[in-house]
Amino acid sequence: MNILLFKFGSVFYFLGTITYLSYILALKEALSRIAAKVILIGFALHTLAFIARYAEAGHMPVTNLYESLSFFAWAIIGVFLVINQKYKVKVLGAFLVPLALIFMISGLSLPQEIVPVAPALITFWHPFHVFFAFLGDAIFALAFCCGVMYLIQDRLLKSQSVGAITRRLPSLKVLDDLNYQSLIFGFPLLTLGIITGAIWAEYAWGRYWGWDPKETWSLITWFLYAALLHQRLAIGWRGRRAAIMAIVGFSAILFTFLGVP
Amino acid sequence: MELIVLGLNHKTAPIEIRECLAFKSEDIEKALAHARTLPSLKENMILSTCNRVELYAVGRQAEKAISDLKSFLSQFHHLPLRRFEDSLYVHTGHEAVQHIFRVASSLDSMVIGEPQILGQIKEAYEMAAGGKTSGLVLHRLLHRAFHVAKRVRTETRIGNRATSVSSVAVELARKIFETLEEKAVLLIGAGEMCELAAQHLISGGVGQVLVTNRTYERALSLAEKFKGTAVPFEEIYQGLGSADIVISATDARKPILEHDQIARIMKGRKQRPIFFIDIADPRNIDPRVNDLENVYLYNIDHLQKVANDNIQGREEEARKAEAIVQQEVVRFVGWYRSLGFTPTIVALRNKFEEIRQGEMEKILSRLPNLSDREKNSLDALTAAIVNKILHDPLSLLKRVKEDGIADFYLDTIQTLFQLPVASPDASPGKDDENPSEQKEKIEDEAL
Repeated sequence: MNILLFKFGSVFYFLGTITYLSYILALKEALSRIAAKVILIGFALHTLAFIARYAEAGHMPVTNLYESLSFFAWAIIGVFLVINQKYKVKVLGAFLVPLALIFMISGLSLPQEIVPVAPALITFWHPFHVFFAFLGDAIFALAFCCGVMYLIQDRLLKSQSVGAITRRLPSLKVLDDLNYQSLIFGFPLLTLGIITGAIWAEYAWGRYWGWDPKETWSLITWFLYAALLHQRLAIGWRGRRAAIMAIVGFSAILFTFLGVP
Repeated sequence: MELIVLGLNHKTAPIEIRECLAFKSEDIEKALAHARTLPSLKENMILSTCNRVELYAVGRQAEKAISDLKSFLSQFHHLPLRRFEDSLYVHTGHEAVQHIFRVASSLDSMVIGEPQILGQIKEAYEMAAGGKTSGLVLHRLLHRAFHVAKRVRTETRIGNRATSVSSVAVELARKIFETLEEKAVLLIGAGEMCELAAQHLISGGVGQVLVTNRTYERALSLAEKFKGTAVPFEEIYQGLGSADIVISATDARKPILEHDQIARIMKGRKQRPIFFIDIADPRNIDPRVNDLENVYLYNIDHLQKVANDNIQGREEEARKAEAIVQQEVVRFVGWYRSLGFTPTIVALRNKFEEIRQGEMEKILSRLPNLSDREKNSLDALTAAIVNKILHDPLSLLKRVKEDGIADFYLDTIQTLFQLPVASPDASPGKDDENPSEQKEKIEDEAL
């Protein structure tokens, strides 16, 4: 049941992506509104999938790679929906939703059955850790997309190639603002994620910090974003530099998540 | 009944003549009332903007109406006709509809795609409606024109892009800064282009204007003009520190702003983005400045290229718009024709029905023993015959394109069938209700 809901959710995310791409081509307002509604439906289905899986498994469904990818995608779509309400950056969907979709599709290539799970993963702190970490990561995914858009827009404006693409992308200021906002909200969440991670590690394995690859790389990522935040506040690291750093930082997040045991 | 457009615009008359013939908004009510008294006009409307003065009217006889309108213009503005007659254009019928639709869609404007004309036409129509000088035809025509304008606006990108160097600059500034409020623009030097660009930025919402010049007095006078602040030339770096947009138009022979200077300034500004517009030739700003992060340097050629691309884009969109206008003209003319047809068609159908009923009575009285079923069959038979006979002529009438031929056909039908209709003149709204109902039916079919 939960797998079915997950698949339906993915389908809606896919439809939403197509609609956003059509919007970019045709620039018809109605398309962007329809796309947002379609994504919302997908999100609702995805949420139900979680609830169903929780009911079936008896514990928070964030214990293996499939479940983690699903939750990450869910968080990204959640962030997207919130930003879409507040900021009305219409083309954002065309960047952020496909990202979530990639995670969803990757998840589908993994085994999806609910299997018994090591007791270490069902302690009280584990879900908190996952929640904070992934929410922070989702916000940094937003910053990543804004960074990519910023670099494109910046390159075009600098080379005086004003045309169809520059018209469709948001202004540099909006993109930079989103980058900054992401940092402000994402960094504390990331920090909480690491702290709860340490607490969980203590419960599960008896030590707060063990310098295993995952923990090490999480810390490296944390330092990267800490530096970015500091530079932005202190000497005005903004615009292009901040966009590049958002991309580098998110790559570190992905590496920590997927590239490291 | 003819639809007439009479007027002049920026293409046919110089500004002195346009000014003389323009109607001030206070005068329009009076003018409309005056025009209403002219017996040759059934409906009329006045459109007066800085680029055109046009009279839209519906009259029984085009020639009389046109000469009355010309005299009206001459008398109202106390200007002899010969002084402006050459600048006037006159459209009737099909072309009048096309003209009005084109004007409303901004296809006849000085800058194709400009948005003001639609509002101006709407206001003009409202004044006519309020003064009761517009009637059914103008009502339908103008509402159709608004619809066409909306179609053109939404189905083409005709109004979308900036077509002048200054508006391109504003558009670009918005792509960098999102909004111009609370932004500061620094003018270096002076000159027409410089002032024009500044004016556009101010209209776009720029919050602060700084002016600097090697000659302080000139900076002061320009600053006063824009309600801004003058900055002594020696303090130009402070100005650069606080400005977001810089327009440079001095006649210096060598660049006055160099790469390294700007690099230092950017550091001081904490990398807040800056938009340089270099209008001068030779260039005031070293092109290498564009290499700096968060700096965007455009010179006049760049801006002109963007404007040209946009103008080309508008021209392509204008072609689409003309096609839309053509479609709508055909539809409207079909409806309009049906107004003239209605009494004739009604009379023709009535005559045939009278004949049919007459013959049905005769045959039924001669064959009293027919069953109900047989009577109904006869009734259906005769009705079918009449309908089939009428079908071809009536649908042909609706499809006729030329005004003259349609009237000729109507006349012919009235004569040949000796129909009791005086003229194909529909005066809807003022005459009895019955023709209106039937007209509605034909109207729905036509549109």
